[in-house]
Amino acid sequence: MSLNTQPNFHNPEKHTFYDYSPGDDFYAMLIEAHRDLSDEQSALLNARLVLLLANHIGDLRILEEAITAAKADL
Amino acid sequence: MLKTYQYPKYPFVRPAELDHPEQTRHVPVVVVGAGPVGMCAALDLAQKGKPVLLLDDDDTVSIGSRGVCYAKRALEILDRLGVGERVVQKGVSWNVGRTFYRNDEVFSFNLVPEPDHHRPGMVNLQQYYLEEYLVDACRATPGLEMRWKNKVIAVTPGETVVALRVETPEGAYSLTCDWLIVADGARSPIRHMLGLDIEGKIFMDRFLIADVVMKADFPAERWFWFDPPFHPGQSVLLHKQADNVWRIDFQLGWDADPELEKRPERVIPRIQAMLGDDREFELEWVSVYTFQCRRMNRFNHGRVLFVGDAAHQVSPFGARGANSGIQDTDNLIWKLNLVLEGKAPATLLDTYSEERCYAADENIMNSTRSTDFITPKGNASKTLRKAVLTLARHHPFARKLVNSGRLSVPSFYVDSSLNTPDCDAFNGRMVPGAPMDDAPVTTPAGTPGWLLNHMGNRFQLLYYTEDASTIDPATAATLTRWAIAPVPIEPLVIATQGTAPDNIATLHDGKGRVRERYDLTPGSVYLLRPDQHVAARWRTLDPDAIDAALARATYRDRWAD
Repeated sequence: MSLNTQPNFHNPEKHTFYDYSPGDDFYAMLIEAHRDLSDEQSALLNARLVLLLANHIGDLRILEEAITAAKADL
Repeated sequence: MLKTYQYPKYPFVRPAELDHPEQTRHVPVVVVGAGPVGMCAALDLAQKGKPVLLLDDDDTVSIGSRGVCYAKRALEILDRLGVGERVVQKGVSWNVGRTFYRNDEVFSFNLVPEPDHHRPGMVNLQQYYLEEYLVDACRATPGLEMRWKNKVIAVTPGETVVALRVETPEGAYSLTCDWLIVADGARSPIRHMLGLDIEGKIFMDRFLIADVVMKADFPAERWFWFDPPFHPGQSVLLHKQADNVWRIDFQLGWDADPELEKRPERVIPRIQAMLGDDREFELEWVSVYTFQCRRMNRFNHGRVLFVGDAAHQVSPFGARGANSGIQDTDNLIWKLNLVLEGKAPATLLDTYSEERCYAADENIMNSTRSTDFITPKGNASKTLRKAVLTLARHHPFARKLVNSGRLSVPSFYVDSSLNTPDCDAFNGRMVPGAPMDDAPVTTPAGTPGWLLNHMGNRFQLLYYTEDASTIDPATAATLTRWAIAPVPIEPLVIATQGTAPDNIATLHDGKGRVRERYDLTPGSVYLLRPDQHVAARWRTLDPDAIDAALARATYRDRWAD
């Protein structure tokens, strides 16, 4: 397994007819989560999300790849 | 400013009602507003043989190019109305959109990635051309009376009729009608007169539109820039229109002064910076706009039916305004026609509101998301967008998240109360409620054409078999049994060869695209609505199931006793 950077957002319970819909659903969900938060709270929310998702993935090799990809051209 | 277009002036004709104030004329249907949406409504109904009176308070077409992008589905509707070909011939067809972040291309899309569709994903054409072509079609349609400089100043909705007061340059007169179609635009004076609410939100941003006449060799594609070097910190959009007119849209920010920004001495340097050279160009039209996303709670209020911008408004990113308004009329008119003929209960019009509110919500959702991406609010949103745009250079998943506008596509009315849910298994997207996919077909005589050109305006039964000449008498009798029903269904056989018996229309699916897109097996049947949406489908021909599906799709099964 390596880091999947192909489009992968999906919802098995919702049939969509256009390929951008699941990604847009996620983006809207994330923007909504940040609504009315202070900058400090937003940063904390993002950090907590990283930790929850990282634990869900678990495989340190993939997490290392993700960190490298995220750091490129920062 | 330069003029590439001569605005027609349509004559005011003194209405006979002014000379007979003692008589109040009654007409079945009045349409208010001769914009693209009002004219599509009037044309559609008049082509179905119903008299229509179309009132407009002006006497020419849209001033300025305004709506520019006409989507595949709107073109298919215009084809049904006989106007599509002129629009496509004059306009600029395109399918590809490219999005840039600073100097790099980060995302591109193709609106019609699969082959064998008649119409392109989008045609760019100045709104005044579309309106001129629609006026020509309206004037050539018997039973359609257009009245210019006729302004509705009062509306009194009643149980059995709607009363109107109409003002003209030579005096005012009264009218009554059975049904009033309101297509009087975003500010909708009639919506205000009736005290009806429209709810939503205003976006705190301003955009400058410049239509520029120039010789340029940019391709016929939609180009969108986030934070380009020539307009730092904001976005820019470029579209090619007819007659060497280019639409350039600059994001200005909420603090911009709209009057100041419209001045040529402010606009010209922005365009020069974008072009990056000293080529000559002329301004044709300039405007600064803001927008809102909002809709009415319902689109039918008794005998008053709202369509287009009068009923719902979206941000312009996605071309979901005029396109969705034209789809409103596509949905409304066949239902109104059945009601006028006494073949369906008036409650069928509730499903116009149901289906088109669903579509409006989808359009508002998509255009709001695009707007949230294009003008992010707050630091968290800005950081998130920057993360997407910087990752997009290298990672495909991030490219898909880049949202510079999700362009107008038709709604799948999957939850509509007119649908008959599947009881047989089908693959693909032609689910009940879906707008029909087009596909190439040929007549048995060998003339090539397109499936959608054979569809619409009546209920149809699409029946698939490999060799149409092998259809047995019992099947032929079933296929034709609704020919003289109160609501007729016309059969159409799709086959690979042969001609169906009993003069049943036959089309050959030489490329196999109809079979593929509709997941057809021999004996498969689709019931199609007059607006080219799927009502029901089965693997076998069952007349009782078709009767029930037709009753459901027309609300005849709910007729009040």
